[in-house]
Amino acid sequence: MPVDLDYLAPSDVEDAVALRASRPSAAFLLGGTDLLPQMRSGRRSPETLIDLKRIAELHEIRENADGGLSIGAAVPLADVETHPLVLARYPLLAECAKTVGAWPLRQRATLAGNVCNASPAADTAVALLALDAVVNVASTTGRLAMAISELFLGPGQTALMPGDLVTDVVLPGSAAGVRGSYQRLSRRKGMDLATVGVLVGKRDGARPSWRVALAAVAPTPLRVRAAEELLEAKGAAAAREAAELAVAACRPITDQRGSAEYRREMVGVLVRRGVESLG
Amino acid sequence: MKKTITLEVNGVAETAEVEVGQTLLRFLRDGLDLTGTKEGCNEGECGSCMVLLDGRPVNSCLVLAVEADGRTVTTVEGLSKEGVLHPLQKAFLSQAAVQCGFCTPGMVVSAAALLRENPTPTEDDVRKALAGNLCRCTGYKQIVDAVRDAAAAMRSAAEAGSDAGKAAEREEVPA
Ligand code: FES
Ligand code: FES
Repeated sequence: MPVDLDYLAPSDVEDAVALRASRPSAAFLLGGTDLLPQMRSGRRSPETLIDLKRIAELHEIRENADGGLSIGAAVPLADVETHPLVLARYPLLAECAKTVGAWPLRQRATLAGNVCNASPAADTAVALLALDAVVNVASTTGRLAMAISELFLGPGQTALMPGDLVTDVVLPGSAAGVRGSYQRLSRRKGMDLATVGVLVGKRDGARPSWRVALAAVAPTPLRVRAAEELLEAKGAAAAREAAELAVAACRPITDQRGSAEYRREMVGVLVRRGVESLG
Repeated sequence: MKKTITLEVNGVAETAEVEVGQTLLRFLRDGLDLTGTKEGCNEGECGSCMVLLDGRPVNSCLVLAVEADGRTVTTVEGLSKEGVLHPLQKAFLSQAAVQCGFCTPGMVVSAAALLRENPTPTEDDVRKALAGNLCRCTGYKQIVDAVRDAAAAMRSAAEAGSDAGKAAEREEVPA
C-alpha cells in the first residue's frame, strides 16, 4: 500500500461526490472486500480512499410507494439476506446474496460493491438482473437512475463514469413475489466463486412471468429473455427447449474452475431442473 | 499518511496514530500486541484474522485501522474473562479441536459471533458460520462438535443462571 495514501470519510453524498471530483485518483470504499486485495496486489492504486460507510443515507433499506425496496449502497449483504421485506418480496435476492463468500465476508461486502465490481460471476447481479433492478447514481451533474440491464459491459467494466457514486439499488414492486431457485456449482461450498450459477424464477398470476439469468458463463451476468418468452408462451412443459435457448445464449470460457464445455452442459441441466421445479 | 483513531478494544479505550494503509489486523498485532489474531492469507480467504467489529465477525485483514475509528473491537483475548476461559475455548480443548492452533482464534471468534445470534445451532448452521475459516489440520469434525458442546454448555449455564435469579427473587420477597 502506498505510504502517502489518504483516507476521507464524508458524512453526506454530495460531499463524497465533490471530494471524488477534486481528487482524480481517489476511489470510493464500501466493504473493501474487493478493493483492498486489489490494492495489495497492485491492480488498483488510488491515492485517496473515500469511505462511504459514514453516510447515514446509504445504510437504509427503504420501502417504496410501488411496493418495491431501495437498498442503500452501504448495507452489508448479511443484512440484505436476513431482512424480512427482502425475504418476503425478493427471496431470490436473499438466496443469491447468501452464496457470496462466507458469513463474515458478507458482514462487509455490499450489494452496490458486488454490482460495481462487475464480476461475470457476481451472484447478486444475477438476481438484480432477473428482478429488473435499477441503480441510483449520484455525480457532480446530479442524480440519475440506470437500469441494471444497461450496467454491465464486460468483466470489471460498467457503464458508470469515473466519480459516479451508486447510492442505492432499487427493486421494483412489479418484481415482488418472483420465486424460484438459484442453483450454483462451485468447487467448495463457501468462499469460492461460482463455476456456473443459474437462476430460474416465476411470478404467478393470470399470465405468469418467468425469469432466467446466468452467472459465470459469459463476460457479464446474463439474462435470457428468449427462454423467458418461450416459458411465458408454453409454460414449464417447455423446460428442455428453454434450456437449449439458455445454452445457445451463454458464452463461457475455460478456466481453473471449469471448461467451457462443462459450463455449457451445466447451464442446460440446471435451467431444465429449475424450470421443472416450478412446473 | 497518518490519522489518529480512537476505538474500544476488548473493553479498553485506545487512541493511536496509524498509517491509512495499515489493516486493523496489523494494528491489533503490532500496535496493541494482541497477537492472538493471526495473519494467514491477508486477503480475506482463511479467517485466521477474525475479530468482532461492533459485534459482527469480520476479517480484520480486510478492514483498515482507520475504518475502525469510533468502533468497538473484540479479539480472541477479549473472550476469556479474568483468566477464565470462554465456554467455546473450554470446548475446543476438551474436544481436541486444536492441532497446530493457528486457525483456532479465528474459529473461536466466528463461533462466538454465531452463538450470540443463534444459541441452538444445528451442525449445518455451525458449518455455514465457519465456512470462512480454514483449518489445515483437524478435518473440522472436532471443531463443529466443540461449537455445539459450547452452545449446550452456555444454554445450561443460562438456565441455571435464570433459576438462580428466580431463587434470589423469591428470597427477596418478604415472608
Ligand atoms: S488473514 Fe484475513 S482472512 Fe486470511
Ligand atoms: S489446527 Fe492447524 S490449522 Fe487448524
